[in-house]
Amino acid sequence: MSEQYVAAIDQGTSSSRCLVFDQQGRIVSVGQKEHAQIFPRPGWVEHDPEEIWRNVLFVVKSALDQAGLTAGDLVALGIANQRETTLLWDRHTGKPLHNAISWQDTRTDALVKELGGAVGQDRFRESCGLPLATYFSGPKMSWLLEHIPDLRRRAEAGDVLFGTMDSWLIWKLTGLHITDVTNASRTMLMNLNTLDWDDDLLSAMGVPRQVLPKIHASSEIYGEASGPLRGVPVAAALGDQQAALFGQTCFSVGEGKCTYGTGSFLLMNTGPQARPSTHGLLTTVGYRIADQPASYALEGSIAVTGALVQWLRDKVGLIGSAPEVETLARTVEDNGGIYFVPAFSGLFAPHWRSDARGVIAGLTGYVTKGHIARAILEATAWQTREVVDAMNVDSGVMLTTLKADGGMTANNLLMQFLADVLGVPVVRPIVAETVSLGAAYAAGLAVGFWPNMQSLRANWHKAAEWLPNKNGQDREKGYRKWKKAVSRTLDWVDDDD
Amino acid sequence: MPKPIQSIERAAAILRLLSGRTRRLSLVELTGELGLPKGTVYGMLRTLVQVGFVEQDPETGKYRIGATLLHLGSSYLDGNELRTRALNWSDWLAARSRESVRIGTMHEGRVLIVHHVFRPDDSPQALEVGALLPAHASAMGKVLLATNPYVVAELSKAQLPSITGATITDPYQLSAELEEVRERGWAAEVEELIIGEASCAAPIRDRRGVSVGAIAVTGPVERVCENGQPRAELVTYVREGARTISRDLGAIPW
Repeated sequence: MSEQYVAAIDQGTSSSRCLVFDQQGRIVSVGQKEHAQIFPRPGWVEHDPEEIWRNVLFVVKSALDQAGLTAGDLVALGIANQRETTLLWDRHTGKPLHNAISWQDTRTDALVKELGGAVGQDRFRESCGLPLATYFSGPKMSWLLEHIPDLRRRAEAGDVLFGTMDSWLIWKLTGLHITDVTNASRTMLMNLNTLDWDDDLLSAMGVPRQVLPKIHASSEIYGEASGPLRGVPVAAALGDQQAALFGQTCFSVGEGKCTYGTGSFLLMNTGPQARPSTHGLLTTVGYRIADQPASYALEGSIAVTGALVQWLRDKVGLIGSAPEVETLARTVEDNGGIYFVPAFSGLFAPHWRSDARGVIAGLTGYVTKGHIARAILEATAWQTREVVDAMNVDSGVMLTTLKADGGMTANNLLMQFLADVLGVPVVRPIVAETVSLGAAYAAGLAVGFWPNMQSLRANWHKAAEWLPNKNGQDREKGYRKWKKAVSRTLDWVDDDD
Repeated sequence: MPKPIQSIERAAAILRLLSGRTRRLSLVELTGELGLPKGTVYGMLRTLVQVGFVEQDPETGKYRIGATLLHLGSSYLDGNELRTRALNWSDWLAARSRESVRIGTMHEGRVLIVHHVFRPDDSPQALEVGALLPAHASAMGKVLLATNPYVVAELSKAQLPSITGATITDPYQLSAELEEVRERGWAAEVEELIIGEASCAAPIRDRRGVSVGAIAVTGPVERVCENGQPRAELVTYVREGARTISRDLGAIPW
């Protein structure tokens, strides 16, 4: 028998990708295609679901062609996806009823305040683990049902289906209307303890149950694909950050990872019990394998990390490409006393302050563009430190090593600084594409391509390690200054802004 | 052969001086290094600034290589950019070969390590990014020297230092080996840098087909070599990795 492979689709915020992996968890080929970001109004961000589907077919073909494979060489297909992005489509025609509303879209700003009422943003935290915020799908769906003519009636009549990108792709691939438990945990509609849609949450958001997909495990054979992937079992779906947790093989309580991209997401496995957070983290489902109990996770989300480097490149024009930020930052020895808090759309974990806006604190005439580049990289590290501190308290487990992945791990200066400010080693795994790898692992497990989770751990190898070498005193002084800079961002937005 | 044109030689000397330094140089420093009259150097600098080959800092008045020249120059690719764009496929190479992987660029006649992937066996290893290797004694260096006769000539003017008993110290032997590297498209180094270690490397090319760096697999000689040469399988992996990275940089697949 010839060698067999698993394919993963990573349907992300800016592009769709397909990666093919072999049994050792090594990348065989990669296809990638970006899709348009549609900005109909300030604060609104949409994606065209038909374009996304076309791109997915394109990248699958591209990855298979590159490796000289056909659908018959694939034992399974797994899906990882941008989370929370919300779509409604017609049950009968399969046609989308609007553009998908991206997780970044803030049109539900007023709605989530209204939903919070007198209790505020934590009104539903106990049942769904999430604070009220614009990212999550429930309020987005609620908005759509209010604003698209006749939609509510059609939804109640059972003619409309809801899905995040996993559901949309599985629907297109298999005709089934399902989602996985990790994606469902980002809707604000699922009860974390029953792992089913919660009637109280549904009625609070005005969402009729009949639009919702059936919630499945993250790793099980959902069905067989038709079309170009005819016959390939679709066997996994995970939200992208949960997929990265799985791809980093964080299977034990206390194991965590941080994925550094446009934003950054630190997730820690907290085991079979959902752990509430009192320090601004999210409680979410990590993964669920077939009929085993779910593993929960705590999540700290940082909105602006890589995005700050992109801002420096695209809006300020100080660098020509993102990696050049390291070159520029290395022209100086330190941050020159400045701290850059990128609260561009408020502060996320652990602060959750939408009234905050960005500052560069500590400016003097001495500061050069090199210092600004350095402060921009340091901002990612300090924000990670805040989330790690919150995680250590909420989980009751001290993080002893940070497993980092994502594009920014190519930045050695950042990785070293991260180890310095956290005071623990930072390691990068040999497959930096942990999102796709996680989806592939979950799919491969479901079809028996890998016998068990232990066998996946054997594929994890350290590709690089950065050890902390900053002394504690410097570190704490820097952190103190950072916190002062953070306090300067608060209370900036006024009612009449 | 006609006599070389003196002013071009001098302009080249200025550019070479500026490109060898990470910081800017002042007129006084340049004059001192070149041993030429201040007026001459100043005149040349003014012209070089005009054509964009040199930039002058408006505040300090110091000089550095201009952006125009960097983009014109054959081997310029920011090391951090090279690492970022080669990340996936250098990981792939380490996973395939089960040995450590390095990417290097030429820096003042030596090989600057811009990326390092650990041998995937979870043994303790330290990152070597930023370290410099002697070009004539490393596989990456040979790959980069093969397309850079100017640096070879410079290195051969001084003595080629012996690092182990196997290091090539004879310029003629080095030239002969570089000729072979050019022809077959990869280089080997067997115990020439560290006793007990061997390495093989291939060039990473950009869209113009110019070598912008080299990628190498390094490991213990008993695992890497067979009959005193890198195993054919490893050579294939290294060349495949180099080709894929080159393709991602826009080089035409070959």
